[in-house]
Amino acid sequence: MPPTPCALCKTNRALIVRPKDHSKLCKACFIQVFETEIHHTITANKLFHRGEKIAMGASGGKDSTVLASVLKTLNERHDYGVELILLSIDEGIKGYRDDSLETVKRNAQQYKMPLTILGYDELYGWTMDQVVEQVGKKGNCTYCGVFRRQALDRGAARLGVKHVVTGHNADDIAETVLMNLLRGDLPRLSRTTSIVTSTPSAASSDPKSHTNIKRSKPLKYAYEKEIVLYAHHKSLDYFSTECIYSPEAFRGSARALIKNLERVRPSAILDVVRSGEDMAKLVPGSDDSCGGNCANGAPAAEEEEGGCGSSNGRTAGGEMANMEQQLAQNELATENGLEVEITAGAISGQSHSSGTTPLRNREKKTKNKSEAVASRKPPKQVMGKCSRCGYLSSQEVCKACVLLEGLNKNRPKNAIQVGYEAQDTDNADSMATATSRLRNVQIQAD
Amino acid sequence: MSEEKRKDAVQVTVEFSGGLEMLFEHQRKLQISMAKKGEEVPNVAELVSHLCNDVMKDSRKDLFVLDGTVRPGILVLINDADWELEGEDQYELQEGDNILFVSTLHGG
Repeated sequence: MPPTPCALCKTNRALIVRPKDHSKLCKACFIQVFETEIHHTITANKLFHRGEKIAMGASGGKDSTVLASVLKTLNERHDYGVELILLSIDEGIKGYRDDSLETVKRNAQQYKMPLTILGYDELYGWTMDQVVEQVGKKGNCTYCGVFRRQALDRGAARLGVKHVVTGHNADDIAETVLMNLLRGDLPRLSRTTSIVTSTPSAASSDPKSHTNIKRSKPLKYAYEKEIVLYAHHKSLDYFSTECIYSPEAFRGSARALIKNLERVRPSAILDVVRSGEDMAKLVPGSDDSCGGNCANGAPAAEEEEGGCGSSNGRTAGGEMANMEQQLAQNELATENGLEVEITAGAISGQSHSSGTTPLRNREKKTKNKSEAVASRKPPKQVMGKCSRCGYLSSQEVCKACVLLEGLNKNRPKNAIQVGYEAQDTDNADSMATATSRLRNVQIQAD
Repeated sequence: MSEEKRKDAVQVTVEFSGGLEMLFEHQRKLQISMAKKGEEVPNVAELVSHLCNDVMKDSRKDLFVLDGTVRPGILVLINDADWELEGEDQYELQEGDNILFVSTLHGG
């Protein structure tokens, strides 16, 4: 085949076929276009503001490495005036994280950025190796996910940073959209499509000074394929591995589905992301109805949990396991009659139930009572401190502490924890009774 | 794998990255010689099946080849160009070609 010229510069040989529009580009034009699109995502969604200190979740994998490279480039090129630092979480998995952390250390030198590595042992007194020794390989991803979520926030708070960016890409989002769709969980779907989410956290120096950690995903519209090609053509130093505790994750079915769709119709991935955003707007009380641009983004609580390894969502096995747990939790909710209580007038704004029934009921109520619509306001998140660790939590005891207690008592309580966790992001008043009922179950189980 | 250059064969460099090297005993780079069948030049499809059947020792063949072709999510670059630009697996190998297989499926 004769070489195809680049569609943009018309001179160089095209090396890349863009999945989103089939355009054929040369290396230089591709890199330029890729960076420009990320810049557009950042400016269109007003992700950054001048003077902001931003921590990049860094795993050493392709997504976070590309994120660091692109953000550094754009910050210099377009003078965002933001301070970029790297934040890595060491789960304490020998032979898995060790090598990727070495990559992050090299990245920190290459990009001249300060790096902080925070270990699970330091934060929780347990490495994942020790957790697995205790609970076995099954279900350990839940621990890892809950711990990691808090770890990034704690790390950020410790560094005095209020904004964490992660390397979630379009494929990750599309995968999550599909999984939530297949599960019938539209409220969660709406949260996962937001480009900005916020999670509560507490500054470690002073547990009383709570701060909201904002999270954003500048690579949300970037194809995984292009991320890998960008890393390849810019000869970026990244590390690829699979978590040794979730070998099954590689065959994650949602992931395979996305990749199969991409081969038949490459635009499908962004189409699924956009469909997810549109569906999110239809979810009653969705934070996404503001287009994901709200200063206070959707609460991210459950979104990334269950993901193992580095980039969340990559390890679909963990996600699938999480999904099963969610299904079990829905059953639990049904037993407790939650769906009836959820639909009371207090349903509004950020009420996120995981069941499908509540959603349907909620819509019905809204139609019948127009005054309910008029009076609907997003509720303030009722956040308290975890009575054990002081971490901001909507529950008396935060998820990590519940898990830790189980570990420390030499008795894992994974299954119960999930039912408990389900109510974590529900702030509607009507949930209070049901939640306390669940809490009682929890306490009795203790 | 390191056979002498022969006129009845095409010598190419095969590279694995993005985690794919794990399926090939952590080898990142291989020299592969593909025999010609008379005048017929071996193509990428034949290279892939050779890699899968003869080179790969890992039993999880489906992580590399699925439904008779490279698994979706694995990028193939022929001399740094997306194989879509080169005729995909029908591309006929030329002496000294570099064929890179990059997995997008692995995490970090």
